[in-house]
Amino acid sequence: MKKFDLLITGVGGQGVILASDIIGEAALAAGYDVKKTDTLGMAQRGGSVVSHVRIGQRVWSPLIKEGEVDILVAFEKLEATRWGHYLRSGAIAIVNSHALPPLSVVLGNERYPTDEEIADSLGQWADRIYFIDGTSRTRKFGDVRTLNMFMLGCASLFLPLKVHVWKDSISQRVSSTMRQMNIAAFNLGRKEIRGVRI
Amino acid sequence: MNVVKLLSGNEALALGAYHAGAGIATAYPGTPSTEILEFIARFDDVYAEWSTNEKVAMEVALGAAYAGTRSLVSMKHVGLNVASDPFMAAATTGVNTGMVVVSADDPGIHSSQNEQDNRHYAKLAKVPMLEPSDSQEAYELMAYAFDISERFHTPVLVRTTTRISHSKSVVKVNRSRVVPVSQAGFQRDVEKYVMLPVCARLRRPLIEERLVKLAAYAETFPLNQVEWGELHLGVVTSGVAYQYAREVFPEASFLKLTMTYPLPRNLIRHFAAQVDRVIVIEELDPFLQENIQAMGIKVTGKEFIPRVGELNVGIIGEASGTAGLVAETLPQHKLDIALTLPKRPPLLCPGCPHTGIFFVLSSMGQRSKPPKAKGKAPKEPKLIITGDIGCYTLGAYPPLNAMDTCACMGASIGQALGMEKAGISDKVVAVIGDSTFLHSGITPLVNAVYNEGQITVIILDNRTTAMTGHQDHPGTGISAQGKETKAVELEHLVRGMGISDVNVVDAFNIEGIRTVVKNSLDSPELSVIIVRGACSVQVTKPSEPRAVDTEKCNGCGICLLLGCPAIQSEDEQVYIDTALCAGSACTICQQVCPRQAVVPKSKIKAAKSQ
Repeated sequence: MKKFDLLITGVGGQGVILASDIIGEAALAAGYDVKKTDTLGMAQRGGSVVSHVRIGQRVWSPLIKEGEVDILVAFEKLEATRWGHYLRSGAIAIVNSHALPPLSVVLGNERYPTDEEIADSLGQWADRIYFIDGTSRTRKFGDVRTLNMFMLGCASLFLPLKVHVWKDSISQRVSSTMRQMNIAAFNLGRKEIRGVRI
Repeated sequence: MNVVKLLSGNEALALGAYHAGAGIATAYPGTPSTEILEFIARFDDVYAEWSTNEKVAMEVALGAAYAGTRSLVSMKHVGLNVASDPFMAAATTGVNTGMVVVSADDPGIHSSQNEQDNRHYAKLAKVPMLEPSDSQEAYELMAYAFDISERFHTPVLVRTTTRISHSKSVVKVNRSRVVPVSQAGFQRDVEKYVMLPVCARLRRPLIEERLVKLAAYAETFPLNQVEWGELHLGVVTSGVAYQYAREVFPEASFLKLTMTYPLPRNLIRHFAAQVDRVIVIEELDPFLQENIQAMGIKVTGKEFIPRVGELNVGIIGEASGTAGLVAETLPQHKLDIALTLPKRPPLLCPGCPHTGIFFVLSSMGQRSKPPKAKGKAPKEPKLIITGDIGCYTLGAYPPLNAMDTCACMGASIGQALGMEKAGISDKVVAVIGDSTFLHSGITPLVNAVYNEGQITVIILDNRTTAMTGHQDHPGTGISAQGKETKAVELEHLVRGMGISDVNVVDAFNIEGIRTVVKNSLDSPELSVIIVRGACSVQVTKPSEPRAVDTEKCNGCGICLLLGCPAIQSEDEQVYIDTALCAGSACTICQQVCPRQAVVPKSKIKAAKSQ
């Protein structure tokens, strides 16, 4: 049984925690041992959020060691860069290319990194980086709040779980009125990665 | 019943307590403990309450345990400081039915005002302590905890940490709820329950006897486990540190302690005798290490393992490499320091009812200036603003910079009075949230009345305990289980203390706030201002977003001083992210714009289509 260490990062309010919960529950349903943990900081919204999901035959530490992440799923590209040093050599990074500049950048006190800097930074460790504008895709599709399911769909192609396991786990965690929309966003993410997969 | 679930440590503790027959659960919300009560409150056959503070929660749980109902009380580490008085009392009187106290510590200070190791409380109170190392143990140990509590007539401390409480791991749920056999009833026993000195003196030797019996029990406690590996290294560990140590020392022998007070001395001695070298891997203080050293056993641990902050595999691995315990690990990937990334601290939300009052305090206190005014020399800040614990502590961050102290729950009011009595001539302003005020702000305000304080106390009444995830409190009149109860009216409460200068102001009316604050600062009286407005996260009413009329906007940047996440700027032009904007429910940016350039979004569209 292979092990997978996933880091899901983003900004408070983007749905990082729900996405990582679903990965954990899907992996459990597929027979893996699972641990997942979130680092949230103190407020409801707007801060940097990171979630560790570990899947394997037997998992000890809930936190992934720096340099051992197999798959990074970043809902925001600055938040991808912040955690890049957690990637192992040869890791995969799936990055929403939409920028959410923090307040210090808006106020002109700090500078948001350029796309080139972000790619270079992640490229030190990641073998494959998928920059996808998940925010525009889901906005065009109908609801930007489904970004987490879209990103989940992207990530799902790199994990050996059957598609019905994913869909069951999603269905158990979203309200019945939102189910169809969320699964459609998940499918959209899968399609997106299939289109660009190297 | 046999189900496999992915549960957080907190959910597992709550489910474990429920299955162990807990009939009453009490708590005050506090990260990382909050979800324990939230989870157990879902069961109809448990009485669950948000108590006004942890001291009260402890007393309610103690009363229940006197009266024949198994009780669970949970809190964050600093909550146990608040509840330490009844906790020590409970340790003295003992209980009738089981009482379990959960302390959720926060190594690494993810969401707290300090870092402290509450394992010391077990030793101080001379009560047994259990520590889970994952959700499975969190679930299982609850049944033992209630059993120990009843067998030895003592409250039991269950100590968890952020990483246990907020990690999900697989739990085999193999029990169902124990239906309590005993009926509620209280048996009068003055020597046991009335701690007059003469009775307390009788209890005192019993506590020591209890500890001896508990130490004997610890030897047989089934969740203390030896896992034999190679014998050159023996690791004694507990809690989440066990999980990290298993990865760092895959070949070593382990003694995993789940009961960490009193310690199983013979078990430890036996384990230590079998291995060449014993080390202790534990988070925060050398609690196990010092207790084991006191037994005359040679161990090391904190000589190389940090005692500050949260541990992880990398930290333990690196420290153990330096200490020569493991082969030096390859250098870790380090964050690319050439690329300094902008920080992203948590912010007050768009539409937050605290933004307006902090903006007023910030501008009256000369705490911030528009980005365009960069060249000008900074002004001397005016006003002293003592702060408190809640979302609103974020008002200390730029650009608002409107808070000067934050110590512990309720401290703002006492601190403000202390500054005044120390001789600060300007009126000192204390800022405190509604839930925090009800938790610990009432007594210092009574104190300020009695001792003739002249401070201004601003109660930020957002009608919820927002930071921990919107729990109800006495001011909302809704119980932890969603029932309508009686609401405590803040203005009646403060008037009842004898304060006459009491004003209630709408949190989204900048002019109104400014007038009330100014009047209060000019008045020589103790005054209370209640700034009232619903937490934006809880507002569901549709609301028309605001937009910037770029023709009117001259880019002065005053709106940016609100620190609202919905107000962004690109290429020097300020704009409002309509997806984030709280719109007509807020309009604070519209009120502060000196050029009336912020307008309802439809007005811009209408103008464009003409």
